[in-house]
Order: sequence, then structure tokens, then C-alpha cells
Amino acid sequence: MQYIDLHAHMTSRTTDDYYQMALTGCVALTDPAFWPGFDRISADGFEDYFHHLTDFEPKRAARYGIQHYTWLCMNPKEADNRKLSKEVIARLPKYLDRPNVIGIGEIGLNRVTRNELETFKDQIDLAVRFQKMVLIHTPHLEDKYKGTRLIVETLVKDGRIRPEQILIDHAEEHTIDMIIENGFWAGITLYPQTKVSPQRAIDILETVGPDRICVSSACDWGPSLPAAIPQFAMEMRRRRYADETIHKIIYENPATFLAQSSKFRMKPPPSRRLTAPGAGRNGSGKKL
Amino acid sequence: MASQPLKCPMTKQQILDEHFIENRTRLLDIAAFLDRLDRTGRDGGEADFRAEVFSEAIALLWRPSPSRVKTIQMIFSDPTTAPLALLDQKSARGAYDRDRREAP
Repeated sequence: MQYIDLHAHMTSRTTDDYYQMALTGCVALTDPAFWPGFDRISADGFEDYFHHLTDFEPKRAARYGIQHYTWLCMNPKEADNRKLSKEVIARLPKYLDRPNVIGIGEIGLNRVTRNELETFKDQIDLAVRFQKMVLIHTPHLEDKYKGTRLIVETLVKDGRIRPEQILIDHAEEHTIDMIIENGFWAGITLYPQTKVSPQRAIDILETVGPDRICVSSACDWGPSLPAAIPQFAMEMRRRRYADETIHKIIYENPATFLAQSSKFRMKPPPSRRLTAPGAGRNGSGKKL
Repeated sequence: MASQPLKCPMTKQQILDEHFIENRTRLLDIAAFLDRLDRTGRDGGEADFRAEVFSEAIALLWRPSPSRVKTIQMIFSDPTTAPLALLDQKSARGAYDRDRREAP
């Protein structure tokens, strides 16, 4: 069964992982800019990383028939450094037109500090000015509820954003309602230790419903599984769900979300296209 | 705004038949974790806010609730609303320390 992994940090994974993902049905993925496990000392290091994400990775993925897309930003773990954040944000625009850049991400909050929040607002402003979609990281563990609430409040208060073009990721049982009820897309990340198991992800779908929700592996340099989505699909089969329901979650939903970007080359089902003419707060309804 | 929830195609009996053993194992893992804490505690370990919150969460498992998982998520969560003035640590620890003091 084909699937799209909306959140996979492939710079941290081996070529064998691309091979395994392709073997298990992955046809496209998006690779958000994130923290490498240490704080970079200059904006030059970020530029190297943005070049990697927009040049080397799409070529590596293509060898296995996987479309590679990316989101660029100053990530939440380094966003408390305001000086560096401003330098990185100033350099971002020249990368946004590259062919595999879907938008700004994964921005958000980590420990929910004042500085992180200011950097988050700066990057929302950047996304609005350049009419880009946004992928948002929410904090982990005890910080998740507070951080998600602050992110949602900030976005709603901003008034310029189109919620259907924003996915708020790492949603869990206590945060998903506020995301969905405010019109955003929600991401559930299937991570073996700190995030959500396939079983709990299905439980969430049985509570909230399957619309505007995507699942992803969030595979990175930590304990994580590049094949988390096929494992999720297997768990849905164990629960006796029909293939069309599974397909909706692992392919149609991410395709529908991503098809709002003109960069995304796969077609969602016609009935699920979101960019109807005239729709949206910024008046155009056009693809970004 | 929300869509219709998916209806689980399995019956209660089918869920028990298929998932009882794996959840029995998880329960025993938690029991063994608590025993391990007790054993090391006898050697003079200090009280830790995470162990206290963990016990509180376990006690809530049998209390009637529309969603046990949401209730327990909130027990572990930071209930405050104001952003931190300064970054104190890079990573979360899994539970909110209710006795922590933040710099103004």
C-alpha cells in the first residue's frame, strides 16, 4: 500500500532506510529542518543544512522512487538564541523558491520560553509575507499542553494565517482537539518512546475522526522507525479496518494537505482538493 | 469542524482475545519498574517528583473518566500559561515539577 511520510528527518538516516521505506510503499516524504543534536555556532551552518535538504536529499530519495520535499526554518530547539535566529531567518528567503521546498517548518516551541515565542512569531510573519505553508512542532512530554495552547492562541490572534495551510505536529490525546477545532491540520508522530504508538494513534482517530489528521514516522537520529507508517497500517488491519480507510489516513490526507503547494507533484483525489478559487483569508485560494 | 470518529470494527471480546496478552505484559513491566524503584529506595534514594506523579497517575487508572489517557496526560503536563523568562534546560523530563521555581 502506498503512503506519504509527512515528517521524516532523512539527513539523519541511511540510504538503507530509503530502500526500506520504498520497499514498504513510501512514494513521497517531507523532511523538516530540525535540531542536529547540538547547537550550531553560526548561520553558515544552517545554510549548509538548507543546501543539503534542497539538493543532496532529493537526489538520494529519487534513486528509490521517493519524492523528497522539505520545510526550512530556524528550529525550536535553537530558537531561544534570538541573535542567531534573526540571522537565519534573514537568509531563508533565498531558499524558499527551490523546487522541493513546501514551506516554513518545523517551527514552534521547545521549552516554551519568551525567546522561542518571539522567534516563532517572526517565522509566522515570514510565512505570511511569502505566502508559504507551515509545519509546526509542538513541545514534548510535560511541555506539550502548554506549548500547543500558546501556539494555537498565537496563530488565532495573528489573524493573517489560513489554518488549513498549517499542520500542527506531534499532537496527542490532550492537544488534538484544540488543533482540529481551530481549523488546523494535526499530525500524529509514531515514535517508539516519547510520542504516540500505532495503537494510540488509532484510538485517537476513533475519538476525533479521520479528517485533517496525518500520521508520520518523525524518524531522526534518536530511537525511531522509518517504517512506522506501514506498522501503523498493519495495526489498523489487525483492528479490521478496510484498506480504503487506511489509504485515506496514510496517503489521501497527506496528499490533500500537501497539494495546496504548487511544488507538490502528486495529485490528491479530486473530491479532496482544498484550494477552491476564492477560498481562504488572503483572498486568492491559489496554490502556494 | 471535527469529522465523525472512526468506529472500531472489533467487539470487546475480540479486543480482549487479541490484545489482552500484550497489555498484561505492559502491566507487569510497570509493576516490575515500581518494584525496582522500591528496591533502590531501600538503599537511601531521594524522593523524586517523577515517581510521585507516576504513582498519582496509576491511582487514576481505575477512577471513572471519559478518557483515562487524557486525564493522565494532564497529570504529567505543565498547567501554567506564561512562557519561561529564560531557557532552563534543553529537554523535557516527562513530568512537571510542581515545586520548581522559575526565575522572574
